Amino acid sequence: MITLNFVILIAASYGLMLFGIAYYADLRYRRGEGQLLQSPIVYTLSLSVYCTAWTFYGAVGSAVRNGLEFLTIYLGPTLLFIGWWWFLRRLVQTGRSEQVTSIADLISSRYGKSVSLGVVVTLLAVIGTTPYIALQLQSLSLSFSVFGDINTATPGAIVNSPTPLVVALGLVAFTIMFGTRNLNASERHEGVVIAIAVEALVKLVALLTIGITVTFWLGYQDGPPLSEQIASFSAQHSINTSRWTVLMLLSSFAVVCLPRMFQVLVVENRDDHQLAVASWAFPTYLLAMCLFIVPIALFGLSNLPSTANPDLFVLTVPLSQGHDGLALLAFLGGFSSATAMVIVAALAVSTMMSNHIILPLWFWMSGMSVSANDDLRRVTLIGRRACIILIILLGYFYFRLTGGTDALAAIGLIAFLGVSQVMPALVGGLFWRFATRAGALAGTITGMVIWGFTSLLPGIEGGLSNAGPLMPNGLFGWQWLHPNALFGVSFSDPLVHAFFWSIGLNTLAFIAVSLMTRATALERFQEMVFSQSARNMTAPRTTPIEGDADQLLVLSQRVLGRKATNQIFKQAARDQKVSGSLPNLTTSFIERLEREFAAVVGASTANAMISRVAGQREISVSALVAMADEAAQIVSYSARLQEKSDELERTAAELRVANMKLIQLGEQRDTFLSQVSHELRTPMTSIRSFSEILKDDAGADSQRGAYFASIINDESIRLTKLLDEILELSFLESGRIKIDISKCAVTDVINRAILATTSLTAETNAVITQTLHNPATMVETDADRLAQAVINLLTNAIKHNDKPTPEITIATQEIKVLNQGRLVISIADNGPGIAPQNRGLIFEKFASLSPGDASGGVGLGLPITKQIIENLNGELSFYSNDNGTVFKITLPLALTRADDTKN
Amino acid sequence: MVPFSKETAMKKIVLIEDEQHIAEALQFLFTQQGWKVAMHNDGATALDLIRSEAPDLVVLDIMILNKSGLDVLREMRESKDIADIPVLMLTAKGQANNRMAAELAGATQFMTKPFSNAELIETVRALIP
Repeated sequence: MITLNFVILIAASYGLMLFGIAYYADLRYRRGEGQLLQSPIVYTLSLSVYCTAWTFYGAVGSAVRNGLEFLTIYLGPTLLFIGWWWFLRRLVQTGRSEQVTSIADLISSRYGKSVSLGVVVTLLAVIGTTPYIALQLQSLSLSFSVFGDINTATPGAIVNSPTPLVVALGLVAFTIMFGTRNLNASERHEGVVIAIAVEALVKLVALLTIGITVTFWLGYQDGPPLSEQIASFSAQHSINTSRWTVLMLLSSFAVVCLPRMFQVLVVENRDDHQLAVASWAFPTYLLAMCLFIVPIALFGLSNLPSTANPDLFVLTVPLSQGHDGLALLAFLGGFSSATAMVIVAALAVSTMMSNHIILPLWFWMSGMSVSANDDLRRVTLIGRRACIILIILLGYFYFRLTGGTDALAAIGLIAFLGVSQVMPALVGGLFWRFATRAGALAGTITGMVIWGFTSLLPGIEGGLSNAGPLMPNGLFGWQWLHPNALFGVSFSDPLVHAFFWSIGLNTLAFIAVSLMTRATALERFQEMVFSQSARNMTAPRTTPIEGDADQLLVLSQRVLGRKATNQIFKQAARDQKVSGSLPNLTTSFIERLEREFAAVVGASTANAMISRVAGQREISVSALVAMADEAAQIVSYSARLQEKSDELERTAAELRVANMKLIQLGEQRDTFLSQVSHELRTPMTSIRSFSEILKDDAGADSQRGAYFASIINDESIRLTKLLDEILELSFLESGRIKIDISKCAVTDVINRAILATTSLTAETNAVITQTLHNPATMVETDADRLAQAVINLLTNAIKHNDKPTPEITIATQEIKVLNQGRLVISIADNGPGIAPQNRGLIFEKFASLSPGDASGGVGLGLPITKQIIENLNGELSFYSNDNGTVFKITLPLALTRADDTKN
Repeated sequence: MVPFSKETAMKKIVLIEDEQHIAEALQFLFTQQGWKVAMHNDGATALDLIRSEAPDLVVLDIMILNKSGLDVLREMRESKDIADIPVLMLTAKGQANNRMAAELAGATQFMTKPFSNAELIETVRALIP
């Protein structure tokens, strides 16, 4: 018969042995003989920290209560390791390359080294881990109590005994010794890992030995074959498909998200090979662990009194059969499961707490300054040790508070669901480009709140209060806020309900907020780093970095220790070919140092620390944010620039049009000048030629001489007239002519014009007829100009008339256009009409439409007339056919000053 | 004194110019030199006259009625029977591009108005030796 004291002695010796193993492994590692740690087998065994006392003992109990459901807890991780191996590899690779210290560190790093996310994930881990540790202590207490009195085995008796406290303190000591010996969290914990691996073996051997003994040596000789018994056993429990699915999903999430699992899976990982082996070895281990669960359960059910706690069958079955040795082995297996879990969980959670809560807090309280007197190493070390003590004692006190009740039984799954709230942010962080810090925060916090409400609260309420459910009618009496039927939707199972809402809304919030928010510069950079597309990129840090290398050296010594610091600085100085031991603060060096820091204190704290010393304000995260904002401003500024440039483009287009006009005007001017030149040269040619003839031929035929002289005279007059017309046209076109407005009778103007052309009329026998609509019509305009225009038109009509008797009719008429009185003067002739091809050209300058200068004009008459009429604010139009041409002048009856100034 | 030789040596010039007074001056000057002058002022019918007269020289103004002197010249150069007749181009425009256009069209010589009589006679004489 084994006494309790004997068991305690065994446990103590076993604990000491673990100390020894850990110490030895540590020693070997420090001597550089750490090959064992490289072993994928050790890695796989360390993963077995997944199997806690809850599964070691509880699996059989679960099988008794729920049939084969316990398998889901093993199936989830198995499916993940086999089916989603690539996901794990990505996770592990990222963790390795970024030297992450915990899952909180990974999440916070990915989302722009966010402090708040680190805090949230850490809180989640603490909340999930504390009851879990209590559960381990409960299992331990139960297992101890079994050896006190096998039939009345209740934890109640042991709760108040000093044993659990001693165990807890032992675990604290072990974790502190081997977990915080080395400050660099990412430099792994070889002693711990080896000890865990040994414990994993003990667990496995214990369970297998009991299973084999039970199955092949005890009991089953008499009854029906084992296979039939298992078949009928599993038939007793129907499978709840949704619950099974959720359980498998949950356990596969948990195997990644549980702080202790992340610790062994990612932080302690050495290379991909370890993971590759573990991808089949770990499922194999799990399979072996659950191989004999059902036989043990069946044996216990048929051979033990019905009062026996099925959660302790693993222990009580060998005890009841007198196999004390086997019972001890089972005890050690359970002991191993519990201690391994507590040690690794305490290690992982304490790292998270110290890096994401204590250090930022201390950092903030010390005014964000790092003076040479602050020993950061000491702060970190003390902080981490305090956290280990805190987390284990928290578990212990939780156990004291709720121990002996059923409250702890369900805590395993509740913890699973709790830590699983990190999953959306984790998966999104690794695979989704657009995931943002705000999204991760929103999702995680949403999930955490719903988990607390629908799972944690109902889970612990039974243990804390005996008054039944806390909220039978939902929060504030609102049915739709019932913990088991959120929004009035009830599920077949509370766990499925909690899973659906917490993970569902978590994911939804994560995605929605991510899509609504914009990532900061640092987040985007971290995203690139995590998506492995920019492994070798440097952080967006302004260079050159200002800062004092001395100060950085001091800081580094505080964080990394003197030896490591000197090594890093000397190496950097050598690489930079700088004499002495102080390297230049280049970006790459600062990067390197920050990574080293991150391995000790986490990415967010490391970033803050380095930024404080090196580069001062330039490289702080807030500066990066400012840079990002600046970039945003530049973007908006460039948008404005774009607008401006569009505007300029339009202006340029207008200018181009204007320029084209100018060029056209220039070309017109050139054409005009060249035409003028031509028009001047023509008479000059005659003049020169004949004057030379006269000079050389002086005294010859005097009659001929007189004729030549008359030609010279004509051409000189033509020249003068041409110059006058050019000058006049130029004045008219520039609008610089003076308009003298006076009131006069239209009849007078027309009579003046007819009088002026008297000689021409006489020469050509032309007949001019007046048909005045109203002889008394008065007009306010420049009478001289108007008369000039009429004279020009009359002259044209007579000169270009080939009839023996040119007939010209001048008619006037008053009309109203837009309530304004207008005078129309039309001059009609019976000439040949203007040739159709010339009708578009008659107002063009120098358009010679008729041979020679028979008309005496030089092609400026009509353009001048048109200009005159336009200067009088009127219009000149014409109509022409074979029977003659009609020119029509339309003028305002009263030209006002406004019209004048307009011109 | 040598009427026959003078007759046979009498050079014929077709003058196409629509400025009446200039045409008169040229006619006087050419006749004075003992050359025979056929005057014309219309571009449209100029080629017919040249073909029928078969002159030793065509003096052609650029700005003439109905058709550009340049076009007349181009068509002349394309008509085999009259393609070889030297052409003296006259223009009142002094720009270089006019000269180039005339040369491209196949003008033998080019003169800008106004010109000195002596220069003109010299140029024409060089063309009809």
